[in-house]
Amino acid sequence: MSPRTIIEVRDVSIGWSQAEVLVERASFDIREGEIFGILGRSGCGKTTLLRELIGLEEPLAGHISIAGIGAPSLGATRPKFGVMFQQGALFGSMTLGENIALSLERWTDLPGDAIRAIVRAKLRLVGLEAAEHQLPGTLSGGMRKRAAIARAMALEPSLLFLDEPSSGLDPVTSAELDRLITTLQRGLGLTVVLVTHELGSIFAIVDRCVVLDRVSRSIVATGVPRDLRGSADRRVQSFLNRQPEDA
Amino acid sequence: MTDAAGLWRDISRIAAQATGPVLDIDLAKVTALDGAVMSLLVEMRARLVAKGIRCGIVGAPELIRPLVHLYHGDEALHASVPHTRDSLVDRIRHATRRWTGSFRLAVTFAGEVTASVGMLVRQKGTGNWRALPGLIERAGTDGIPIVLLLNFLVGFVMGFQSAHQLKLYGANIFVADVVGISVTRELTPLMTAIIMSGRSGAAFAAELGTMKVSEEIDALRTMGFVPGPYLVLPRILALAVVAPVLTLLGDIVAVSGGVVVAVSSLGVTPRGYLAELRTAVVPSDVWTGLAKSFAFGIAIAFIGCQQGFATRGAAEGVGRGTTSTVATCLFTIVVVDTLFTVLFRVFGA
Repeated sequence: MSPRTIIEVRDVSIGWSQAEVLVERASFDIREGEIFGILGRSGCGKTTLLRELIGLEEPLAGHISIAGIGAPSLGATRPKFGVMFQQGALFGSMTLGENIALSLERWTDLPGDAIRAIVRAKLRLVGLEAAEHQLPGTLSGGMRKRAAIARAMALEPSLLFLDEPSSGLDPVTSAELDRLITTLQRGLGLTVVLVTHELGSIFAIVDRCVVLDRVSRSIVATGVPRDLRGSADRRVQSFLNRQPEDA
Repeated sequence: MTDAAGLWRDISRIAAQATGPVLDIDLAKVTALDGAVMSLLVEMRARLVAKGIRCGIVGAPELIRPLVHLYHGDEALHASVPHTRDSLVDRIRHATRRWTGSFRLAVTFAGEVTASVGMLVRQKGTGNWRALPGLIERAGTDGIPIVLLLNFLVGFVMGFQSAHQLKLYGANIFVADVVGISVTRELTPLMTAIIMSGRSGAAFAAELGTMKVSEEIDALRTMGFVPGPYLVLPRILALAVVAPVLTLLGDIVAVSGGVVVAVSSLGVTPRGYLAELRTAVVPSDVWTGLAKSFAFGIAIAFIGCQQGFATRGAAEGVGRGTTSTVATCLFTIVVVDTLFTVLFRVFGA
């Protein structure tokens, strides 16, 4: 039996306005339990597409549907998914522990000591148990991103959105983060939507992906990254083999 | 590069005087060329094309061709519509549109915040009340020294300015009336609000603006919080509480400033000054000042938060929001003060 579809994207156009469209009529499905990559060069609309998948912005046309939720929208309700933003977006005035505890305090009736136990467990999961009382500003980029993943996991979501988790990190830290994402995904059976342009991450952890192209403003390939490497499409070749198109 | 200035003068002249359908730049006899000169040639070509003259950079020897390609000298250019400056009417129209857009955003924001007050009762976690003590400390306690110093000086200056006139009429004791009424009704609430605009209003705008550009506000939304009420309500409450308290402290020191002048320049005893003050200043003078400062506090917090949420871009956007907050706060304070003064006069307060 094939895995069920978790997110359905149909004929979605994204951009700032009808005059500034980044991607036109994009359609794809994200399946339960996979790591799905949204790939492409800088400026092709990957992050904007992610923001529309999580309901921070609305598409110019088409529709997005998340299983059990419908069209993504954000409001004063318990979130059904976790999100890690590109720079972590941890609250600078709160310690890591407080950052993770925030949504648990908001959306559960757990007593303080139970919340602290969950916070410690989440931090241990991402290897930051010693940094519970530290402020985000005192941490390295890699630690901040791991902490942001822990915060995104606080309410035990089954769906996790990660926006360029390894950008700006050294190759070793980047590989460690990839391993963490795979471990969490396999261990907890998560569906992960990953926006990235890091080829290392793409071939190491992504199960299936779409490749966006900023010139044609469309999805130019969908499938398994290793298979796409042999694609006849020059734009896909160029991106996955790290070669300028006019070279 | 050393000949570039002379070349620029020459090609500017040629480009300005050129007529006819075609004028190519022939590099056939060029043996060496650097990036600066190539940039100028590319610019000359663009100017000619903009005038409707077909122009190409041709004949470049093998050695120079890569440089021409690097500077896009071999790409096709099409005449573009020349950029014209907007007329005065257009500029007024754009400015009006910007202003009405900002006003609409501010009204929408006010509506959202007001509506969210009802949510306070229904839902826990609507406001970040844990931040309230810290906000009160930063906006209130930390601001006490500057508020006290400036209001003392205001009272002192008021006494000093009126001392000469009062002396002329032998009305020295009335310095207590002048200082007492002016500071409690007008000057202390205004001066305190001006200080709060610069300290707290700007701080709120910078803080929320930074949260906006670093995606922290988006993160709050994805965690099921409504950022408006969560971040704004504690700040409004903090300034609504702090402003009257600071104003009351400011009243006391401003009156003390008047005592110094009365004793040192007018020969009035402290006891006499206080006795006259009790006769001249009635409770409604103090209450009207405190009511104004309560409104000022709410307005400053609201403007600071609204500008923070409206921040776009990166660091420069935060700077713009902060500057705009202080300017808007000062304008709003004077308008609100005028409204209150008229209302109090009409209702006899």
